[in-house]
Order: sequence, then C-alpha cells, then structure tokens
Amino acid sequence: MMTVGLGHYLVVSAILLVLGIFGIFLNRKNVIVILMAIELILLSVNLNFVAFSAALGDLAGQVMAMLVLTVAAAEAAIGLAIVVIYFRNRGSIQVEDVNLMKG
Amino acid sequence: MITTILFYLFATVLVASAATVVTARNPVHSVLFLILAFFNAAALFLIAGAEFLAMTLVIVYVGAVAVLFLFVVMMLDVDFIQLRSGFQRYMPVGALVGAVLFMELLTVIGGWKLAPQAGQLRFAPIDTKISNTEALGRLLYTDYVFLFQSAGLVLLVAMIGAIVLTLRDRKTSRHQNIRQQTERKVADTLQMVSMSLNAGTGEGDSGFYRPKPADLISEDHGHDDHGHDDHGHGGHDHGHGH
Repeated sequence: MMTVGLGHYLVVSAILLVLGIFGIFLNRKNVIVILMAIELILLSVNLNFVAFSAALGDLAGQVMAMLVLTVAAAEAAIGLAIVVIYFRNRGSIQVEDVNLMKG
Repeated sequence: MITTILFYLFATVLVASAATVVTARNPVHSVLFLILAFFNAAALFLIAGAEFLAMTLVIVYVGAVAVLFLFVVMMLDVDFIQLRSGFQRYMPVGALVGAVLFMELLTVIGGWKLAPQAGQLRFAPIDTKISNTEALGRLLYTDYVFLFQSAGLVLLVAMIGAIVLTLRDRKTSRHQNIRQQTERKVADTLQMVSMSLNAGTGEGDSGFYRPKPADLISEDHGHDDHGHDDHGHGGHDHGHGH
C-alpha cells in the first residue's frame, strides 16, 4: 500500500513532536512562537494519522486528520486574537506578565 | 526508489525547518520557516497518498494560518530581543525533556507492530478505483457528516470568538446614529428668514430656508452630546459654510 515504510513516517512525526515541545520550553516568554510550536505538534499528529491511514488502507484516518486541521486553524485564530488583545491591554506579550488572575 | 529519496529529502527539510522555527532569532523568520515546514509536510502527505489533505494543508496553513501569524508578528510592536532573554537558561531543561521524550517515543516505535488482524478491522477501506478526493468526500458526507458539521461549528465559534475578542469601540471612531437621522426635523437645522415683499426670488415668496448658525443648533440640542459637532459625519451635514 505504501511505498515508504510506516516506521519512517512515525520517526519523522516523533521528531516533529519533540521539536514542538522543545520549542515551548525554549521560547517560554514569547507566546507567538509557543503558538507556532503547538502548530508543529498538531502537524505531527496529522502526519501520524495520514501515515497510519495509508499503511492500513483505511480512509477514516484522513477524515480525522481533517478534523485536527480544522481545530488547529481555529486554535491559531483564537490564540492570536487573545495575544492581540493582551498586547493592547498590557503592552507586552510576555508569558510571565500574565498574572491578572493570580492563578 | 525515487519515492524513498524524495521522502528523505522532504523529511530532512521538514525537520530542519521545524528546528529553525523554534530557534530562530526573529519571529518573522520563524513564520517563514513554518510555511516551509508545512509545504514539506504536504509533500509527505502526497507521498502517503493523501492528495486532498496535502492540498488542504497548503491552502489552510500557508494561505490562512501562516499569514495570520505573519500579520500578528508584524502588527505587534514587541521587543523580541528582550523576549529571548533566558534562552540559554531554558535550553538545557528543554533539551533534556526533549531527549527523554524522544527516547521514549523511539522505544515505543521500535517495539511496536501492527496486530495481525488489523487489516480486517478497517472502517473505510481505500477504494483504488476512485480518486482520493472523491473517496474522502463520499466518506465525509455520509458516515462522518456529524463530524463534518461539528467541524464547521468549531470554525464558526472560532470566527465569532476572534471577532468578539478583537473588536473594540474606539472613542474616536464615528458611528452613524440612524435614529437621530430619521427623527431629524426641518426646524432642527434650518431656519426661516423673513424678507421684505418681492425681495426674494419670486412673487409670493415670503422667505427662504437657510442653514441655522452653529450656535443656534447647539443651544437647541445642548443636551445632545452626539452628532452636532463640526466633524460632519454622514447625514449631519449642516453646511455651516466654513
């Protein structure tokens, strides 16, 4: 079914996931780059879905990947809107400044 | 053979650009490398045979999400150098967590294999006679129509949420007050000027309308704080002559 083995896709997807999590740790202050790292993580999820869909010959995985794509787009829009209003109110997008609710 | 080479090429570029996304000094570079990463991921989707999803990835991510990121990065006047302070401090713990997670994932991938009866448990076997887009459409509009509708609902909520969050009512913006416009009478803005007989344009005319002076209008509507200023918004053109 698949010209390239499933294991190759899984390794690429694992590297992508690890890079995303590493990016969250690395850019702990910059919300925009954290959002980009979350996009990378969701992309690795999509890659896994598509790889399994191709390896098993089951199209349902691609439907799930479409749903993940939709949620990722919605998440990016809402996240960036929150960043914009936060910057408007506080003049900064530092994660450490987000302490209004003292959580 | 050529597919394997292409796979390795695209996978290498994908991983390299993803690494650049999280380590780039300038967020604009991060966004641009994110676009490159999405393009290469779309190529990997193509190799796996998911053509429709690959094209959707390019359209949705490169065309919408990445441009959104680019807009926000360029719109916010943020000191990104200051945001990078502590980069070296977070590097070891991030690398440690990443390495541990990667080792765990490799262990899982290495010791894992498909169940022998997995081939019989397929929910929607791929039909090779029709194209990927057609097969996906047939599946999406029949078995997964509820999922499809809820995806649309998620997008609707996200759209309304983003608009509600970012829309603001500025003090300087000028709005149209429709009620005030429709309730406006002639006497509010015009005054009758009496003239001597036959002094006007024709016989029998006893006068003509002219725009009221500004002080008269403001004392007529002294309580009304909206509208009667010199900005002249739509529908409130007093014609003061200045």
